[in-house]
Amino acid sequence: MADVTFTVDGKKLTAPAGTLLIDACRKAGIEIPAFCYYPGLSLQAACRMCVVRLEKVPKLQTACTTPVAEGMVVTTESDEIKQSRKAILELLLGNHPLDCPVCDAGGECELQDMTFKYGAAESKYVEIKQHREEQQWSPVVFFDRPRCILCYRCVRVCGEGMDVWALGVQNRGVSSVISPNGEDHLDCEECGMCIDICPVGALTSGTYRYKTRPWEMNHVATVCTHCGDGCKTTLGVRSVDDGSEIIRGDNRDKSGMNGDFLCIKGRYAFDFTTREDRITKPLVRQPNGQLAEVSWEQALEHAGMKLREIRDTRGGSAIGVIGSTRTTNEEAYLLQKFARTVLNTNNIDHHRTADYASFAAALQGKAGRTASLRDFLTAPAILLLGNDATEQHPALAWNIRSNVRQNRARLYVANHADIKLHRQAKSFLQIPQDGYAALVQYLAGNEAGFDGTEISAAFREALRKEESLVIAFGSEFRGRDIQSLVDFGLGLPNVKFAALGDYANSRGAADMGLMPDLLPGYVPLAAAKHFGEEYPSLPSAPGLDMLQMFDAAEAGNLGALYVVGSNPVERYGIDPTALKNTFLIVQDMFMTETAAVADVIFPAANLYEKSGTVTNTYGDLQLAKKAADKAGVRTDFELIVRLADKMGADPKKLVPFGRGVRADMGQTRGAQSGEADRHAVWLAANNLEPKLSPFDPFAVFDEIQRLVPSYNVSRFELLGGQDKQTRSDLVQIELDPARRDLVLPANDTLFTSGTLGRYSRMLHSVMESRTTKPAETAAD
Amino acid sequence: MPRLVSHPDEVKIISRRFGQGAAEIDRYIELDGYKAAQAAIEKGPEWIIAEMKASGLRGRGGAGFPTGMKWSFVPKQSEKPKYVLVNGDESEPGTCKDHLIFLHDPHAVIEGTLIAGLAIGAKMGFIYLRGEYRYLLKIMEKAVADAYAKGFLGKNIFGSGIDFEVVTQTGAGAYEVGEESALMESLEGKRGVPRIKPPFPAVVGLYGGPTVINNAETIATAPHILLMGGEAYAKVGTERNGGTRLFGISGHVERPGVYELPMGFNLKRAIYEVAGGIPGGKKLKAVVPGGSSTPVLLPEEIDVGLDFDQMAKAGTMLGSGGVVVIDESVCMVEFALRTIKFYQHESCGWCIPCREGTDWLKKSITRLHAGGAVDKDIDNIRYLAENMMGRTFCPLGDAAAMPTIGFVKKFRHEFEEHLNGKGCPYEHQREAVLV
Amino acid sequence: MSTPATTIFSPALAARFDKLVTLYPVRRSALVPMLLYSQDEVGYISDAVVEEIAVRIGITPLDVRNVLSYYSMLRTKPVGKYNVQVCTNISCMLKDGYGILDHCKQRLGIGHKEVTPDGLFSLEEVECIGACCWAPAVQINYDFYDDLTPEKMDKVLEDYRAGRGKETL
Ligand SMILES: Cc1cc2nc3c(=O)[nH]c(=O)nc-3n(C[C@H](O)[C@H](O)[C@H](O)COP(=O)(O)O)c2cc1C
Ligand code: SF4
Ligand code: FES
Repeated sequence: MADVTFTVDGKKLTAPAGTLLIDACRKAGIEIPAFCYYPGLSLQAACRMCVVRLEKVPKLQTACTTPVAEGMVVTTESDEIKQSRKAILELLLGNHPLDCPVCDAGGECELQDMTFKYGAAESKYVEIKQHREEQQWSPVVFFDRPRCILCYRCVRVCGEGMDVWALGVQNRGVSSVISPNGEDHLDCEECGMCIDICPVGALTSGTYRYKTRPWEMNHVATVCTHCGDGCKTTLGVRSVDDGSEIIRGDNRDKSGMNGDFLCIKGRYAFDFTTREDRITKPLVRQPNGQLAEVSWEQALEHAGMKLREIRDTRGGSAIGVIGSTRTTNEEAYLLQKFARTVLNTNNIDHHRTADYASFAAALQGKAGRTASLRDFLTAPAILLLGNDATEQHPALAWNIRSNVRQNRARLYVANHADIKLHRQAKSFLQIPQDGYAALVQYLAGNEAGFDGTEISAAFREALRKEESLVIAFGSEFRGRDIQSLVDFGLGLPNVKFAALGDYANSRGAADMGLMPDLLPGYVPLAAAKHFGEEYPSLPSAPGLDMLQMFDAAEAGNLGALYVVGSNPVERYGIDPTALKNTFLIVQDMFMTETAAVADVIFPAANLYEKSGTVTNTYGDLQLAKKAADKAGVRTDFELIVRLADKMGADPKKLVPFGRGVRADMGQTRGAQSGEADRHAVWLAANNLEPKLSPFDPFAVFDEIQRLVPSYNVSRFELLGGQDKQTRSDLVQIELDPARRDLVLPANDTLFTSGTLGRYSRMLHSVMESRTTKPAETAAD
Repeated sequence: MPRLVSHPDEVKIISRRFGQGAAEIDRYIELDGYKAAQAAIEKGPEWIIAEMKASGLRGRGGAGFPTGMKWSFVPKQSEKPKYVLVNGDESEPGTCKDHLIFLHDPHAVIEGTLIAGLAIGAKMGFIYLRGEYRYLLKIMEKAVADAYAKGFLGKNIFGSGIDFEVVTQTGAGAYEVGEESALMESLEGKRGVPRIKPPFPAVVGLYGGPTVINNAETIATAPHILLMGGEAYAKVGTERNGGTRLFGISGHVERPGVYELPMGFNLKRAIYEVAGGIPGGKKLKAVVPGGSSTPVLLPEEIDVGLDFDQMAKAGTMLGSGGVVVIDESVCMVEFALRTIKFYQHESCGWCIPCREGTDWLKKSITRLHAGGAVDKDIDNIRYLAENMMGRTFCPLGDAAAMPTIGFVKKFRHEFEEHLNGKGCPYEHQREAVLV
Repeated sequence: MSTPATTIFSPALAARFDKLVTLYPVRRSALVPMLLYSQDEVGYISDAVVEEIAVRIGITPLDVRNVLSYYSMLRTKPVGKYNVQVCTNISCMLKDGYGILDHCKQRLGIGHKEVTPDGLFSLEEVECIGACCWAPAVQINYDFYDDLTPEKMDKVLEDYRAGRGKETL
C-alpha cells in the first residue's frame, strides 16, 4: 500500500496506508499503552487504554482500530488522555486482588507497569472485593480469576494462533469469565501460549508458579533441545546448591524464528535437567558385574586405556562410535574427528531421522533453495508433503498458521492422514501411505501409478500456478524420492525446500559427518583432500553404519563402542546381549537402556548446560548458550577431549585452541583475583571469544567454518544471537546409489521427545491427565 | 392483553390499524395493506429513498438517525448479499411500543421490511424479536407465512420477478443485543458483543454483507410514508423531525399507555393532558423522557417539545420515546439504583469502563441507599460515571453513565439525605405507615 | 456439521431443527433459537442438549456454552413448570413491582431463582419485559400479565395451579 503522512504529537510520520495507528506509533518510538491489542491477533478495542485524540473527531479514539490516513493529526498524550487511562486503571484495580507481592507476574506485569505510569496514588474503591479460588486447568495451566482483566489475549492466541480454541468467554458483564473447554479443565495442546501472553498473573504456569521473583532469575537466550525446529528460547535460571536450575522458558522478546511461540516441550520440558536420578558421578563396571562410582580420573583412564588397547591390537575398525542428535555441532564434529583421527575408524553413525544426505545431494550447487523456518512465515504459498507438523514441528505449524491468517498464504497439504493443518489448507489431498513417490510423479505430470481425481487435478493445477512456493517434506521422502521431488520443484518458478527431521540437532549431526561414508559437509571419504591437514590418518574406506555395528558386535567383531548422547538399544530395539563382548562407553544424563549395559558411563551435560551451535532441520544455524549448570556433569565436548588425551592423542590437534587473532588480544593478565574474569568480560563485551581452552567449542567452530563452507556464515551475527541459514549450494557430494536407507523417524508427538522426553515428569503428568480425562479433542 | 388508549391529540398514522384486526392479512389488505409495497416495486429504489428522505423520518430505535439517509448509504453494487434487519429487541426500560406493532400490525413490519429491501436491493430480511416476546413472535410467524401464501414474499413477489425472503428470529434475553452490531452478532449465533465500527453495517453488516438495520417502528412507518407521501408525513412533525412517533407514557400518570403524537409535541401536555396527569393529587418529581438511559428532567424542565433536537437542547434525549413519570413519593436514589442495576446486569462485559464501571456504580449506590456512604462517595459516583462517558466500546456505557450523572446532578440533596448511616428517608416513611 | 444419528429431542423438534439450520445463510444463526426451543422442551439446557446442538451446528460444545451463558433467558438448571418472572424495572417499580415480587415470594414461599418443593413454580426478578405502560407486569413462562395487583396476581397463580393458565410455547 502507498505511504501516507500524518502527524503524531507534532512529529511527521509516514507509514503504509492501512497501518494501525498503534503500530505506526510504536514503530516510531511513541509508546501507546494497550492490554487487549496484540500484534497478529484480531482486534478487540476492549481495554480502551490506547485512546488518542484525532483532530476534528469528537470522542477519543482507540489507536488499535484506527488506520493511519493522509493528513491525520494525532495527540497521544494529554491531560484528557492521561485521565482516561487512569480511570481505566482505577476501574480495573477496583476489583483486582492486588496480591502483587505473591503474584508470579509481579515485576513483569503490564497492569503494574501501567499503574506505575498512569495510575492513581489513592484507591477510591471501598466495596468488597470478589474472591474466587484459583483453579487448576491442567498440570501446567492455573487460572486465578480475580486477577483476570479480560483482555481476551489468551482466547485469541489459543484459537487464532494455535487453532485449538480451548478457551472461551462465558457469562456476561462483570460475571464474564475465561473458561476452558473441559468446563473445569483444559483439553488442549498445553502449549502455554495463554500463560505467556497473559499481561497479568491470571494464567500461571504449573512449572513456574510461586518459585521465584522474576528479578531473581538470570535470563539466557538459547535454543530448545527438543524437536528439529530449534526454537529460540530464553531460559530463566537461578542458583541452587548444585548449580543453577532452569525454572522458565519463553520467547517473550519475539527474537528468533519462532516469534513468541513455544510448544509444551520448549516451554516446560526442561525439568529433566533437575531430576534426582541424573547421573552425576562416573560409573565403571566392576569385575563383579556391578557398576560402581569412581573418580573422573579413574573412569577416564580406564576408558582411554581400553580404547587405545583395542585400537592398537584389533585396529580402528574394531571400534564403533554413535553420536547424538542433541549435542552441539562442535561436539558432533569433534566426535567424528576423534573417531576418524584418534580411533582411526569410520565406524560412526547416529540416529537418522531424515535423509539429509540425499537432500544435500539433490540441492548441491543450487543457491538459495533451502527454506528457513522463517520463510514459512512469509511465503505466499506452502506445500506440505507428509509429516504432521502440528505434532512433530510445532513451530513450523505455528508459522504456517500465522502466515495463512495474517498474509492469506495458500497452503497445500498432501498427507496419508487427515492432519490438523488440513484446516488451514486451501487444498488438501489425502493419499495412500505409500503414495508419496507416485504423488511427486503425478505433480510432475507423470500420471502412471497415481489415481488422479478432480481434487488432485485441481491441487496440481493450483500448485503449478504458484509463482513462489516453499515445500516442506517429511521423512516419508528418502533417497531417490527426494531427488524427484527436488527435480519437480525446480521446474516451478521460485521454489525453496525443507526436509523435516526430528530432534534439536539431527541436521547438525548429519552436516557434521556423523556418518560412516560422509565427512563433515557431506564430503565423501574419497574426496577428502582438503581435510588432509586436520585429518592426517583418515581411513579411506567407509565404515560400518549403525546396524552394521550392532551386527559386528553380535558377531564378536566390535571390540568397543562409544555412545554419546544416544540410546540405540531402545530406539533401534537392539538386544543388549549383542553387546556382551563389546567394551561399551556411554555418555549420558540418565541410566538409559543403553547405559544400563555399559562398562563406563560418563555423566554428561545437556544442551541447556553448554555453549555451541546447533542447526535446525531447515539448516538455520543458531547459537546455544549455557544456561543451567549441574555439579558433577561435564559437556560431551570436554569428555571427548579428555578421552583423546587419555589415549595419548594431542588435544591441540583435535581442538585448534589458542590459535587465531580473536583469541589472543595481548591483554596483560594481572595477578589480582578477579582479573581473569574481567578479561573474559571484556572479550564478551567486544564480541570476541577467549578460545584459550581446549574445551572451547568456538575453537572447533573455527575449523568447521574452514572445512565446511556451507557453515561459513557471519560469525558476528551468529554470536549476536541471530539465526543464519547454512548454504546448500556449497555442498559437494557424490552419493553411492546403493546407500542404505537408515532413516528411522522419531514419531514423537507434542508430548514426547524420544528418550529425553521420558525423563520429563511434566510431560508425563500432562499425558496422564489426558488419558484420565478423554474428552474429545477441542481442536477437531 | 395490553390495553389500548386513545386521546384526541393523537395523530394516528402508525397506530392507525391498532385494534382493527390487521394481524389478519385480509383485514390488513382492506386497510390499504401492501399497497405501498406494490408502489415501491413499480416506482423503484430511487423513488423510495427520495420519499423516505423527504419524510424527515428519524430512527425510532433511540439514536434518531435519518432513515432515508441510512438507506442511501448502502452501496448499489456489492459482491456479498445485502440484508434488511429489523430491530425488535425492544429492551430499553420504559419502552413497549414495538410490542403493540407486532401485536396489532405485524404486516406493517413485513411490508416495511420489503420496502427497505427494495430500496437497497436486498433479497432477504430478518425480523428479530426479543426472546421474551414469544407470543408476538408467533403472530409475526403467522403473518410471514400468510404473506408467503399470498405471494407477497418468496419468489417473484407480486408477480414482479423480484424475490424476497423474510425470516423471523428470536433473542434470548440480552438488552445489549438491541445495539445494532451486537444484534448482528446474535443473529449470527454468537455472543451479543458489539463489533468494531467502522465498518458500519451499511457497508459490512450481517454475514459481511451491506445491511440496513432499523427499529421495528421505523420500518413499520415506511409503508405509511409511501402511502401518504414523504412531504405530507414530514409536515406532521417539526423541522428535521418528520411525522409522528409512538410515545409510551408510563409510571405515575392517570392513563399510562402508548400514544401516537406528532414530533415536537409538548412533553408537559403529553403528561398532563394526554396521559391525564399525576394520580392521587401527588406532585410531579421527575421525568425520564426517553427510556431509562436518557437523563432525567425536573418538573420545571418539561415544557419542551418532544423531538430529537429540542430534547437535546434540554440536555437530555428523545431516545426510545418511553416517558417515565415519577411522582414525589419516589426516592430518586432508589430510582437511580434500579436504573444502574439494570445496566450492570445488561453490560455485555466486553470493555473495561462499562463492565467495571456499572458494577462499581451499582455497589456504591446500593451502599449509599442503605446509608453506608459518606460525602465523598457521591463525588466518586459522579467521577466514575463521568469517566465512563464517551470512553466505552459501545453506547451502553454512556446509557448507564448519562442518567447516573443526571440523578446525582439534579438530586444531589436526596443522595446527601442518605449519608452517614441515615439510610433511605422514604423507606422510613413507608415503615412508619406500616406500623 | 450434521444431523446426529440419534437425538434427545422429540421428533417434531428434531425436524424443526433440521429445517431451522437451513433458513439462514449460515447454520450457526440457528443457535440461539435452537437453545431456546430445546430449553422449552427439555426444561433447561442440559449437557446433552449442548452436545447435540454443537453437532447440529458444527461447532464445539465450548462455543455453545460461551453463547448460551451470555443470554439471561437460557439456563443450565431446571426451574419450576411455571417460571414466574416479576419485572421490577423502573416503570414497574413505580407501580409497585417490588410489592408484587414480595407478594409472590410470600404466596409461593420461595425467593429469587428458587423453585417450589412440588416443582410447579419458580420465581425470578427480571429486567424490563417491555410492558412498561401496563405496569406492573409479570411473565409466566412466555405469557404476559399486566396491570397487576396482589389480588390479580393470586388469581393468575391459582389458575396455573389449577392447570388453567395460558401456555404459549
Ligand atoms: C445498548 C443499546 C441498546 C439498544 N437497543 C435497541 C432496541 O432494543 N431496539 C432498537 O430498535 N434499537 C436499539 N438500539 C439502537 C440500535 O443500535 C440502532 O441504532 C437502531 O436499531 C437503528 O434503528 P433506527 O435507525 O430505526 O432507530 C440500541 C442501542 C444501544 C447502544
Ligand atoms: S459499553 Fe462495553 S461492556 Fe458495555 S455493552 Fe458496550 S461493549 Fe459491552
Ligand atoms: S419496566 Fe417493567 S416492563 Fe418495562
